[in-house]
Order: sequence, then structure tokens, then C-alpha cells
Amino acid sequence: MALLEVNDLDVRFAVRGGDLKALRGISFSLDKGERLGLVGESGAGKSVAAFSILNLIAKPGYIAGGQILFEGRDLAAMSERELRGIRGNRIAMIFQDPMMTLNPVLTIGTQMVEAIQAHRKISKKEARKIALDRLQKVQIPSPEKRLDQYPHELSGGMRQRVIIAIALLLDPEIIIADEPTTALDVTIQAEIMALLLDLCEQENVALMLITHDLGVVSQVTQRMLVMYSGRIIEQGPTREIINDAQHPYTQGLINALPQMGEPGERLFQIPGSMPSLKNVPTGCPFHPRCHFATEQCKQAMPEYVRSGNVNVACYEVANLIEQEKRMQEAES
Amino acid sequence: MTSPLVKIRSLEKRFDLSGSLLEQLRFENGRFRRKQEAVHAINGVDLDVHKGETLCVVGESGCGKSTVARTVMGLLSPSAGEIHYDGERIDHLDGKAVQPYRRKMQMIFQNPYASLNPRMTIQQTLEEPIRFHYPQWSATEVRDKVHEVMHSVGIDPDWGSRFGHEFSGGQRQRIAIARALAVDPEFIVADEPISALDVSIQAQVLNLLMDAQESCSLTYLFITHDLAVVEHFGTRVAVMYLGRVCELADTKTLFATPRHPYTQALLSAIPRLEDDRPNHIRLQGEVPTPVQLPSGCVFHGRCPYANDRCRQEIPQLIATDGGGQVACHAVEEGRL
Amino acid sequence: MTTATVSRWDRFRESFFWYSFKRDKIAILSTLVLLLMVLAAIFAPWLAPTDPYDLAQINIMNSELPPVGLDGADAAFPLGTDAQGRDLLSTILYGTRVSLLIGFGAVLLQGALGILFGLLAGYLGGKVDAVLMRIADVQLSFSTLMVAIIVGAVFKASFGNLMFGEIAIYMLIFIIGVAEWPQIARTVRASVLAEKKKEYVDAAKVMGFGTGRIMFRHILPNTLSPIFVIATVQIANAIISEAALSFLGLGMPETQPSLGSLIKSGFDYIQSGSWWITLIPGLVLVVLVLVINLLGDWLRDVMNPRLYKG
Repeated sequence: MALLEVNDLDVRFAVRGGDLKALRGISFSLDKGERLGLVGESGAGKSVAAFSILNLIAKPGYIAGGQILFEGRDLAAMSERELRGIRGNRIAMIFQDPMMTLNPVLTIGTQMVEAIQAHRKISKKEARKIALDRLQKVQIPSPEKRLDQYPHELSGGMRQRVIIAIALLLDPEIIIADEPTTALDVTIQAEIMALLLDLCEQENVALMLITHDLGVVSQVTQRMLVMYSGRIIEQGPTREIINDAQHPYTQGLINALPQMGEPGERLFQIPGSMPSLKNVPTGCPFHPRCHFATEQCKQAMPEYVRSGNVNVACYEVANLIEQEKRMQEAES
Repeated sequence: MTSPLVKIRSLEKRFDLSGSLLEQLRFENGRFRRKQEAVHAINGVDLDVHKGETLCVVGESGCGKSTVARTVMGLLSPSAGEIHYDGERIDHLDGKAVQPYRRKMQMIFQNPYASLNPRMTIQQTLEEPIRFHYPQWSATEVRDKVHEVMHSVGIDPDWGSRFGHEFSGGQRQRIAIARALAVDPEFIVADEPISALDVSIQAQVLNLLMDAQESCSLTYLFITHDLAVVEHFGTRVAVMYLGRVCELADTKTLFATPRHPYTQALLSAIPRLEDDRPNHIRLQGEVPTPVQLPSGCVFHGRCPYANDRCRQEIPQLIATDGGGQVACHAVEEGRL
Repeated sequence: MTTATVSRWDRFRESFFWYSFKRDKIAILSTLVLLLMVLAAIFAPWLAPTDPYDLAQINIMNSELPPVGLDGADAAFPLGTDAQGRDLLSTILYGTRVSLLIGFGAVLLQGALGILFGLLAGYLGGKVDAVLMRIADVQLSFSTLMVAIIVGAVFKASFGNLMFGEIAIYMLIFIIGVAEWPQIARTVRASVLAEKKKEYVDAAKVMGFGTGRIMFRHILPNTLSPIFVIATVQIANAIISEAALSFLGLGMPETQPSLGSLIKSGFDYIQSGSWWITLIPGLVLVVLVLVINLLGDWLRDVMNPRLYKG
């Protein structure tokens, strides 16, 4: 059984003029110690997916259907009290902005001790020892000093290290990281990503990494899912998708990267932009921007088809697979 | 080589932090002392931008790249140094004398959500600069020009009566580019023009900028932190660190043979699709604050090759065999 | 996105402003009441049974008649009469007109001064800002009423009662307008400080536009919503200030009564049992100020500016 299994998750936002469907039938799973990347552009629903796992979506958002099974128990059906026992403890979160986690008026040490004592009945002294150990793990220079410092006394990169230390405090099973390095400089981003990767491997923690950066995904994750307009359109092993993407959107996303183009030449570009949740196109949400779109694509959302180890929701890919199969049958 | 279009000479910019005289007074060791603090955003930058090229300025936050852009455009006045445009010194001009340059030099901003006036329609936003710089034009001429630029950036001219907030980020950035192109500029400063946009939209905007450069023979000063974009887009690259240029070279040369240790670290930190793990050069520590600059080479605190000379003497840009310039004692001495 | 152009009216009907208005019963009720009072005030000369300014229509024999429904009432005077025999309904209609005129006039003046000084202080900054804001601080540290009383008393003494009566309405607009401009100036300055950091202002500077054009064409329209909110509240404040001044005898003369001077004129007779002369105009004043304040609150919630509340 997978550690985390999300089945057919629907998340909606109740706004004037009816509900907006932010997630439509999302299913994926995460094994123990596995690193999964959630990729998509803004508005694709990747952050909503991350937040809804711990039922942290703020009003007017709500989970309208589906299951989030963590070790067999449905997080979507849990009470706030039960969830609090899991948040930060079994499943930890790292946000893009460290100040979402850190309280500016308390020292790092106080905050870490409080976080431990909220879940474990141990003395302050022991809690402080654990805190120090985690700060050492994230390779912060002079960790003892940091315990008595306030968040504003640290640089951006160091704050994000503290956040990772806090996430590791209670030996969680899963870390959900929402764009953890987007606000950081390139060199610091590389350091933090490498650190996160090393720690997850050492401690055998599963990582769910939400990012828009395909380079980071390919460096850190083993499997990835690509989201578009509230749906998963492609999921499978990272290397396989990066090297040979099936869905036209994933292909476009990869080919639009400057590092894929010849210097000075025009870049590959996907026309148009992601539809807003207010007017999601019928059928495959990508069809207005897709070169391969046919009448069929406008009618209904394509089912997932399997290509290699990758699941893709695209009629064009399904047709190609079908053709190939027929060719092989004809040959034999 | 012909003379450069834009010439920046020993440019410095400090931002005073210490406030008024009263706020500067500190009581230390039994006596009052006047303490002045400043952010040293740019510390002696020399750059030439040649006609028709794209000069990219890269660096991490706090390196002064945006300050260079804003100082060149006259949004900030330099603390020291000179800026020349087409042979004329422009940094001390004011009033009427600067107006011709306000047309020839345009700027594209980072945040398309803030760079369009929310209370103006697209038509008004685009018409105003044309009317201002070409007061002799008739209403029809102005309207035709607005249609032409909207068309050239791929925005339907029929949408002119809409407001900025009715457009997506990518479309807004197109409109901001249209505004810059509307007055037929020669030189455009683009300050992180794509960093607020999504990946698929970034490609659209970069293509648009390249098309515009070709059809209007523009010269760009392109500010960015994204090295992958530089590799694709730039003719030449200047790498900045703590207000100084540490390396300057043709894009190809710089990416093939980076000389400065900082450039090397920066290049290694780009997350590449073909990588299976991060494989960057690890630097010690973090960027120091530009309030108290390190002595000697600004990079010495994080540099694995730093020696005593680096800690004391500021390195000057020297020519390399690849045709570029680098400011590093280790390269000069052949240690690197 | 469709290519059809949308008219301003459609845009308004689809706006959040209109949507939240439709759903807020208090806002709708307040607007209706205010609209009714404003219309009644505007059309007072046609609505009022008598002209209270016309001495020929007043008969002293009709003084202190109670409202209809009480003993000794006269059907010709539905709300009764005051001590001089004027029809109270007509007097209130005319009085509301005067009060509203002073309220709007004073806020127009405040707005003009406040916007100008607020824009200059916020946009130019430095010494201009320091000087203007210190003046505003000094002025705010005097209570409006105190300033008004002093200025009013000086004017009254130098012009004499008769002359003062003729110019009283302009005087009051001037006094209240000048005394309260710092409220608006501070709000404007705060929004200008926030707006001038935005890139569209840099974009305008890069284009070479002059300071005046940037301040008035680019920044001012973006600071209007907080000005709108505070101006609404200030109208109510101005009406109250006027009423207070009139009550103290420094406002409108009794020959052209505002709501405040009506309350004052009736106050002397409250002991003799003629309570309606004070109470009815008092109620009208309370309702008028209340609906304006309720509308102001609603506007603030809708526009949600982080505004300075004076």
C-alpha cells in the first residue's frame, strides 16, 4: 500500500456566480521515501493540491469529493483535531515564504521547542536538544547561536534552512514543499535543493515538491506529475517524461525553455495562456492552445492511456498508440 | 569598432540609510558620534552597449543590476560617474534638454501587474506617450500608430477600450512592450521583463523582444538573474557581484569558458534538464550586505581561491585571451 | 476573451461595487433615505407649503403651534410652527438644504485643498512634505470647533450681525473647509506614497512626462477610492460642525435657519412645552448624519483601503 494515496480529489472555490473547480478528479500516490514533483504554471492547481492534502485550503475553498488516504486513513474526512495531530508531525510543509512558518517575534529556539512540545510530551531541555540536532543536520553555521536569534537576523537562505530543520523536527513521513526556493537566488537555490534532496534520502522521507522549474524537478524527483487547469495531464517517471514527453503541453513546456533552443533563434512557443478557472474550455482544457486538437478534443476530457511507464490524458497520444498496435498486429 | 551607443563610466550609486542629522547621532563610549551608513549599490561600473547588440547584465539580488538599469534611464541620479548616449553626456541633463532621450531610450519593467496604470484603458496608455512626443500628429495618425504597435505585439486593437486588469500577465507585458515601442525608440532597457511570467509565456515574450529587435533595429540592455535566458538571448554578458562587474564577455565565450570563480559557480547552479542531481560548485557563506563592503575583492569571502592579495587589493578588469574581461587576481596570476 | 467592447454601464453592472450594493440592505436603505432628503432639499422651494424666508407669509399669531395629532394643531402646519410662527415643515426643508449645501461645499473645499497638498507632500516628499505635514499637524491639534468659534467671532464682530447673516453660508463653508483639510491631505498623502513606488509611475517618468502630469493624470485617479470614502464621512462631520456652530450662535442666522440653528431656536422654548421645534429638526439631523455615515462605512468596506481614520 502506498504511503499517501489521493483518489479522485475535487476541490472547489465557492464564489459569486457558482463554484470554481480548482481541482477536477486528481489521483496520484506517493510511496515511502519517494520524491514526487508537481509541475505546472500558475493557475494549474498545483499549490491547491498541496494545501488540500492537509486540508489547509482557506475559505471559500473546500474539498468537494474524493479521498486522501494517508496510511489508509482518509485525511479529507478527518476532524480538525485529528488533522492537527498529523500536520507538522507526520506530514510537514515547507512554504515559499519562510515568514509564513516563522513568527517574527519569537526566537528560532522557542518556535522549534514549541513545535516539538505540541506533539511530544518531553521536557524543554530535551526538545532543545532535538532542535539543535536538526539545525546541525541542515548545516547551518554555528547552530547554538541560531537558537537564540530572531528570524529577521537571518538571511533568506538561512531562514529556508531553519524551515527545513523545523520540518524535520518530528521525523515526518512526508514533506510537502511548495516552491521552496523560488524566492531565493540561483546559487542559494542550488544549495537548498541539494540539502533537501540529501536529507530526504538519508532519513527516508517522502518529498512532494511543487515547482514550476522543470530543471529542479529533473534534478530532485523520481516521479513527476504535470498539471494543467486543475487536472493531471501526464504522470510517470521524471526521466522518462523529461526525455520524451508525451502530452503536447508537456512537450511545449520543455521546448519553450531557453536552454532547449539554439542561441539567438526563436524559442518554441505555446500560443495563448492558461484558461482562468472562470471559463475552463470543454473537453481537454488544453485544446484551444494545442496544435493537434481535433473535434474529439473539444467534446470530452480524454481518458488516461499508458505509454511506456507514463500515464497521459491525450487523444492524440491514444491514437498513436492505437496505430502502433495495429501496425504490430498487421506485421505479425 | 564604432563608438558605443551607451557608455557607462565609473558609475557609482549610494543610497543613504542614516536619515537626518539628528538620527545620525550615536552615543558611544561616553561621547556623541556622527554615524553615517549607506547602501553601496554600484561601486564603479564601466559598461559599453554597442548599437544593435543585447548586453545582458546578470547577478543575484543586491548585486546592483537593477540600479544600473534605473540609473541609465535617469530614474536615479548617479552618486558619481557618467552616462553617455550616442556621444552626449546625459546624466546631468534636465528639463527640455533630456526630452529627446526620453523618446529614444525606453524601459520595460519587471512586474506587468504594476507597470500599467490601472485607471487607464490600453488605448489611453498607448496614446499618451505618442501624443506627448509627437504633438504635431493628427488624431488619425496617433490612432493608426496605436493600432500598428498593438498589432505588432499580438494584441487585438479592438481591445483598446479595456483596462489592464482585464488581461493576463503575458498580455500585459505585451502591452508594456507596445508602450515602449510606440515612440520608436532606439535603445530599450528591460529590467527582468520575464521573471514574473510563467514558463510558456516567457518564451512568447522573449520571441516578441527578439522580433522587435530585428524589425526596429533595437539595442537592448537586458537585466536578468536567469542565466539560461542570457545564454539564449544575449550578445554579450556582464556578470555583477556586489555592485562591481566581475566578468564581461561574449555570451558564447562566457558560457564555454567562464573565468571568474563567481561566474563558474553561477553557471553550475543552473538546474539543467539533463541533470539527475544538483551538481553545483559549493560556495562558502552568503552574499554580504552592500552596507559594509568587504575590503579588496568583493567576492573573497566566498571564493575558494582567495589569498591575502584578494583580501586587500581590489582587482581591476583585465583582458583575457578569449576576448573578454575579468576582474580576478587568481586569473591574472595564472592561479586559475 | 470576446472582442465586443463593453460599455461603461455594463462594466458597472458587473462590478463588485454594484454586486455588494445589491446585497447590502443597510446600504440600499441609507441610499434611499439620503436620496429622498437630498431631493427634498433641492426641490424645497416647490415642495414647501410656505417660504420661511418671506416675512410676508409669516404670522406671529401662528407661533408655537404643535404638530398635527396634538391638541391645538392646525392642519395647515403638519409639523407645527416655531416661535416666530413659521411652518416647521417648510423650515426643515429649507434648513436641510442649507445644511447639505454647507456639508457638500465644505467637503469640496477640503477636498480641493487636501488633494492638492496631499499630492504635493506625498509625491515631492522632502522639505515640501515636512512643511505641509507640520502645518497639518498644527492645524489638527486645534479642534475644528475652536478655530471656527474664534474665526466666526472675529468675522461677526468686524462685519456686524446683518452683513454676517448674508455671508454666513460662505463663511461656514470656508471655516469648516479650511479647518478639516488635513484629514483628506493625510489620506491622499498615504495613498500617494504607496502609488508612487509602483512601476507605472516609473514608466511615466521614463516617458519624460512632467511632474504635474504624473501627479494629476497618473497618481490622482488611483488614490480616488480612499478619498471618496473619507469625503463621505467628512460630509457628515461638516454637517455636524455646522449644526454645533449654529447651536452656539455662530452659524446660520435665524432668518435663514439651518438644521442646527433651528434646533437652537427651539431650545429656548423646550421649557415652555414646545418640544417639537427642537426635536423634529434634531431627528432630521440625526437621520441625515446617520445615513451618510452608514454609507461611508459601507463604502470603506467595499473599497477596503487601508486608510487613515481621523
